[in-house]
This record gives sequence, C-alpha cells and structure tokens, in this order.
Amino acid sequence: MGHVKGLICKECKREYAKEPIHVCEFCFGPLEVNYDYEAIKKVVTKKSIESGPPTMWRYEDLLPLDEPPKVGLHTGFTPLIRAKNLGKALGLNHLYLKNDSVNHPTFSFKDRVVSVAVSKALEFGFDTVSCASTGNLANSVAAHAAEAGLKSCILIPDGLEAGKILGTLVYGTQLIAVKGSYDDVNRLCSEIGANHDWAFVNINIRPYYGDGSKSYGYEIAEQLGWKTPDNVVVPVAGSSLITKIWKAFHEFEMLGLVDKVQTKVFAAQATGCSPVTTAIKNGSENIIPVKPNTIAKSIAIGNPADGYYGIKTANTSGGYGEDISDEEIVSAMKLLAETEGVFTETAGGVTVGVTQKLIQQGRIKPDEVTVICITGNGLKTQEALADCFPAPEVIEPNIKGFEEVFANSLTV
Amino acid sequence: MAVKVRVPTPLMKLTDNQSEVMAEGATISAILDNLENQFAGIKERICDENGAPRRFINIYLNEEDIRFLEGESTAVKDGDEISIIPAIAGGA
Repeated sequence: MGHVKGLICKECKREYAKEPIHVCEFCFGPLEVNYDYEAIKKVVTKKSIESGPPTMWRYEDLLPLDEPPKVGLHTGFTPLIRAKNLGKALGLNHLYLKNDSVNHPTFSFKDRVVSVAVSKALEFGFDTVSCASTGNLANSVAAHAAEAGLKSCILIPDGLEAGKILGTLVYGTQLIAVKGSYDDVNRLCSEIGANHDWAFVNINIRPYYGDGSKSYGYEIAEQLGWKTPDNVVVPVAGSSLITKIWKAFHEFEMLGLVDKVQTKVFAAQATGCSPVTTAIKNGSENIIPVKPNTIAKSIAIGNPADGYYGIKTANTSGGYGEDISDEEIVSAMKLLAETEGVFTETAGGVTVGVTQKLIQQGRIKPDEVTVICITGNGLKTQEALADCFPAPEVIEPNIKGFEEVFANSLTV
Repeated sequence: MAVKVRVPTPLMKLTDNQSEVMAEGATISAILDNLENQFAGIKERICDENGAPRRFINIYLNEEDIRFLEGESTAVKDGDEISIIPAIAGGA
C-alpha cells in the first residue's frame, strides 16, 4: 500500500502530483499512475500475494491507493474456469475462461475499476461520484457510491437494456439518459466536469480507476499457476482493459513472478462498432471513429479513448483484432451457455465468437493455452436473446400432461 | 461569423482563465487561426506541426465530432458552438 509516486504522462513523461486529473496539460496525453517499483519489489512476492485475501486486494501493493480500500472489499478473484467442453467444441486443448460475470457486487469486471475509483474519490474528499457508462459501469458506480455513502449522478446513452437501467436505479442514484451514443454521453460528461467538482470515475479519476483492471490480468497469471497464457482474447470498447492486462503481465514479469511474457493479445469487437479491430486489420495505428450499431451495447464505443494504445498492444504482442456480427454474438452466447453453463452478456459472446474466428484463421492453435475474457453477466442483457427460445410448455399438474410434452420435445 | 468556443481546462491559462471564448472564421481552421491571434500559443497546443488536431484532442461542432463532418475544413456559421475536448476520457 502507498507505492504511488504521482502521475506521469504516457506520452511526454511529464510528472504530476497525485491529483484528480487525467490528461497532460502540455500534450493532452493520458496520465498514468507512476509507481515506486523499487519499493514494490521489496514487499511483493508470490507468497505475500498468496497469503492475501481471496479478492483483488491481494494485489493491493500494485494498486493506486494511498490508504486501505474503503469499498468493494470483496471484489475480484473470480473463477478461472478450465473450459474443456467449450474447448472441445472449438478445437482447443487448453482453454480457460476468466469469468467476471460473477464478480462482486454487480457482476462485471467494472467492479474492479470502481472499487479503486470510489476508494480514491473518498481519499480525495469528493462528495459526489459520476460517470459516463454503457451500463455495467453505471451499475457498479451506483452500488459502490451507496456503499461509500456518497451521492452519485450517472449518465448513460438512451436505449440501454432494461436490466442495466433497473440495476442502476435500485442503488438510489440520479440516472440520466442522454439522446445519442456513448460517445455523446462521454463528451457531455467532459463538459459537465468543467463546472462540477465531482469524481468522474472515468474522467478525472481515470488514471487510478483504469489500474483497477490490472487485477484481472494478475489473477489470470496467478490462477494459471504463475504463468501468462499463450493467447488472451479481450473485449474492446474504450481499449483500457486490453492495455491493463498487458501491463499487469509485464509488471509480474518485472517483479519476477512470471517468466518472460509471450502472450499474444487479441482485440475482440462487434462488427457494428469495430474502430479498433478495423484499424488493426488495415495495419493503421489511427482510429477512425464510428457510429455504433450493435446489440453488444456494453462495448459500443465508437471513439475509444485508448484506441491508439489498444491497437499498439495487439500489434506489439503479436496478436490481432477481429470482429463478429450480432448473429454470431448470439450464437456464441448460446454456445458458451450450452457447453460451460456460463451465461454471459453480449460482450462475452463477442470474445467467444471472435476466438472461434481466430482459430479458423489459424491465429490461435489447438495446443496453446488460451484465455477468453468473460467480463459481464447475461442476465443483464436478456433482450439480446429475447427471440431465441420458445416460451416453456405449460401443462396440467399430472403425469399425462408431462409425458405428452416430454415426448414432444424429444421429437424436436 | 462569431462562434462560441469551449476551451478545456489545461488551455484556460492561455485564455485569461475563460472556459468560453468567442472566435471568428468561416471554417474550423480559420477559427483556430483566429484563436491564435487572440491568444498567442494556443494553436500549437491544439494542433500538430501539420496544422491537424493532435491525437489526444477532439473538436466538436454543435456536438458533432468534426471527423464525422469535413474535419478542419468544416464550415461554421454564426451562432455555432465549438468544443475542444481532451480525447482521453471514458471507457475502461
């Protein structure tokens, strides 16, 4: 705990004090947390981590808080599932799922970033937290604000899934739906931020918040037995998670906790919102923003803040980027549920479906250790599967009724 | 052509601490040149050596990203509003 020296610009390396700021005043590059790795090296070992709590806070020395975490104490250390059935269906012999659809408390990987961000907001002394969200972040910010006893005001694009809306309102927050896409909401939040002294978790708290995602990468490596995988397939929206998994693996390498990282990192998007994978496929390092049109609403960001770095991560690692159609997303969600009993949201359909495509392209090979990131829960995006299944048969409470229906279903 | 331009916090030191300033010009480029005339040094903070907006800056005309319009040559008219916003925000 307390290994943060300050903030540093990812581009021009100018240093800043620990404040709620997120861009370099000079080049507008993103600010990152500047850790005292020498101090961290002295205290972090496999043993120190293994003796920590079964939560993301076992990596507290590598997270950007100055004080012990104040909210989200049970977040993280979600299952890494050995997916033999899905592996068989896809033709992979060593397939794993990192399953944040059961993350605590709001069933997505966002609980990792928000537990850090809201703890940091309390350290800074804010009384209100806010965010621009496609839904999962909204759920998590509202929940953690409630736990922290802070006010919250959350902005989302209109037209989100009912579960994401109710799953925000229930915590007692002001939820505002903005006409337009996530990108409109995000721009508006940046403008609101100029006039309101709030902790916007993914704007002025963003350097700290983003590093909560590193815990997802640390857990993958630790749960694989202190090894990094050959391949990891990551859902891409703003492109932060993909860069943080990469950063986490490399921090573990630097600390001597894993061997040299040789992981290929693959970016997965929905074709209806694929600025990052399109750039990767075109061999470009520049994002051309798009207007999102996909059922994968949680990752529908047409103008990704970290897009440039997402592209660089995939390319530097020797990975790639692929995208799939909405129909393929639904098929992949069903395949995952039917083979592994895991019901993920649309973004998880994206990673499973894209993995399938990467195998067909020969980019992921059968004997490689592959991790698919499952970052959200299917119960929140039920609309995506609304037309997929007939209603259940309704019968009289007797054996005859049952046998009729049961026999019928067998003939299907 | 007078338009309102919203300036991000890091640039307010150059605009006498004003978050909104008025500027004149028929295109986004002309507006940026006009800003430079009023507030020396502001253009090089917004644009690279080729005059294009920097990678980490987004410019919006009436809430629309100018990359969906005609970029820096997008025409502006009286009463329009321009926002200059750091690109790094949002997502996770």
